[in-house]
Amino acid sequence: MHSDNRITIPIGPQHPSLDEPGRFDITLEGEKVVNAVIGVGYNHRGLEKTCESKTYVQNLYIIERVCGICSHAHGTAFCMAIEQLAGVTIPKRAEYIRAVVAELERLHSHLLWLGVACHEIGFDTMFMYTWRNREKVLDILADLGGNRVNYGVNTIGGVRRDIDADMVETIRKALDALEEETKHYVEIAYTETTLISRLKGVGVLSHEDAIRYGAVGPVARAAGIAHDVRVDEPYGAYKEIPVKVITDTHADVYGRTVVRILEMQESINIIRFCLDNLPDGPLSVRVPRRIPAGETIIRVEAPRGENIHYLRSNGSDIPDRVRVRAPTEANWHGMKHMLEGGYLADVPITIAAIDPCYSCTDRAIVVKSGAKTDCYDWRGLRQYGIDWYKKRGIDVTALKV
Amino acid sequence: MNKTGPGKIALTALKTLFKKPATTEYTGKGSPEVEKHYRGRILYDPTTCVACGLCMRDCPTGAIQIINEGTKEDKKLVAILNVGKCIFCCQCVDSCNKNSLSYSQDIDFAMTKKEDLIIKL
Repeated sequence: MHSDNRITIPIGPQHPSLDEPGRFDITLEGEKVVNAVIGVGYNHRGLEKTCESKTYVQNLYIIERVCGICSHAHGTAFCMAIEQLAGVTIPKRAEYIRAVVAELERLHSHLLWLGVACHEIGFDTMFMYTWRNREKVLDILADLGGNRVNYGVNTIGGVRRDIDADMVETIRKALDALEEETKHYVEIAYTETTLISRLKGVGVLSHEDAIRYGAVGPVARAAGIAHDVRVDEPYGAYKEIPVKVITDTHADVYGRTVVRILEMQESINIIRFCLDNLPDGPLSVRVPRRIPAGETIIRVEAPRGENIHYLRSNGSDIPDRVRVRAPTEANWHGMKHMLEGGYLADVPITIAAIDPCYSCTDRAIVVKSGAKTDCYDWRGLRQYGIDWYKKRGIDVTALKV
Repeated sequence: MNKTGPGKIALTALKTLFKKPATTEYTGKGSPEVEKHYRGRILYDPTTCVACGLCMRDCPTGAIQIINEGTKEDKKLVAILNVGKCIFCCQCVDSCNKNSLSYSQDIDFAMTKKEDLIIKL
C-alpha cells in the first residue's frame, strides 16, 4: 500500500504492544508517522446488555470482570452506585478496606505497566524486577481475597473480607520491602540516561491537548493537569485520607513513567495511613434486593484514570441500564495526536504508555457504510444469514443448534 | 538501593542456587496448598438447609442447584454443582442464611469427561 513516497503499515490486530487486539494503520513518510488510524472494537463482550438481564448481586461478578487489572475499581463504582440509589451508608471499616484494596490494585497495576513499558523499550532487566515485586502485591491480594485478580472483596453494602491483625503485619512487611524497591525505581527514572533519552519527547500530549482530548489519569497528570477523583470528588475513605496528586510537566512517555512511579510511593503511604487508622465495626450492612427507582453517576479513580459508572434502576432487582466508561476510553482520543509526528519505532511504547485496556473500552460498535445502512432485529438478522447461505447453495435451516 | 557490584551479584547467584523452587510440585494426589482465603470446593450441609433457593437465585452462572430427592414429608436434599460453570465467587455461601454452604481449599476438580464436572456436594 503506497502512494508517492508514503507507506501504510498495519500494526495489529494481534497484540500490537500489549496482549490484546487492536489495529493501528500507520502511514509513514520515511520513518515518520504522518497519519494514524486507530481501530478498536475486536473485544466487544456485550457486558452492559448482560447486566440488564441479571440481578444486582449477579452483576457484581460481571462488573468485576470488565477489567482484569482494575477489577476492584469497577466493582467499587458499581457497589457505590447501588448503595447511593438504595440510600445506604456503608460502615467505615468497609470503606477503609475498599481503599486498601484499591491502592494495592494501583500498586500492582503500575508495577505491571512499568514492566511492560520497560519490555517495550528493551529494558528487560527492569521488567524482571518489577514483575518480581508485583508478585509481593499479588500475594497480599490472594491472601486477602483468595484470588490474584478478581478478588471479590466488594459486596453490595460493604466488603466480604476482613483485614485481621496478622494480615496488617503481613501487608506492612511487604510494603517496607516494596518501598525500598520503589526508591530504586525512582533513582532509575531520574538518573538512568538510556531510559531518559529513550522516553523523553516520545508520544507528546501537551497540557492544552490533554484538556482538548479529555485525557484522564496518569496521561493527564503527566501533562501537568492536577486531576484526581480521590482529591477532586473524594469518595468513601478518601474523604479522610490525605492524597497527594502527583503531576509532571514533561507531557510525554517519560512524564507518564515518572508519575506512575511516584504514584506507587503515594499508594504505599495511603495504605499505611489506612492500616494505622483502620476503624472497628461491622463489614457490611443489609441492602434491599429491590433498588428504588432512580439514576446515578459514580466516579472512581482507577489505576488508569477516572472510571465512570452510570446506573439506572426501575425499582426491581434488575438494573434498567448500566453504563461503564473505563479510563482507557477517554485516553484513546488523544492517541492519534500522540502517534503523529513521531517515529515508527516509538509506536509500541506510545500505545503502551496510556496503559490501554482494549476489552474494557469496547462497548458498542457503529458501522458507517456511507451510502446505505441497514438495521436488523434478531429475527431479521437470522433470516438474512439463512438467505445469504441459500444464495451460495447451502441450506442451513435444517441445522439444529 | 545498590544492586550492582560483583560481590553482590555472586552472593545473589549463590543464594538463588540453593533456594527452594518457587513452584510447587503437584503429584496428582490430593489438593496442592493454596491461600488461606482461596475459594475452592463448596461444602454443603443438608441438615441445616431449608431449601429456600437463595443460593440458586444469586449464583451469577447458575452453577448450583438444590434438589429434593426424597418426598415432601421425608426430605432428602442434595446440592449439585456444575464445576464447569462455577466461577468460585462463593456468592452462594454469602447468600445462605442458614450457613449450610461453606468453602474449602480443595481445588482438585480436573476430569476427563465433561459430564463428570457435575458433582454432588
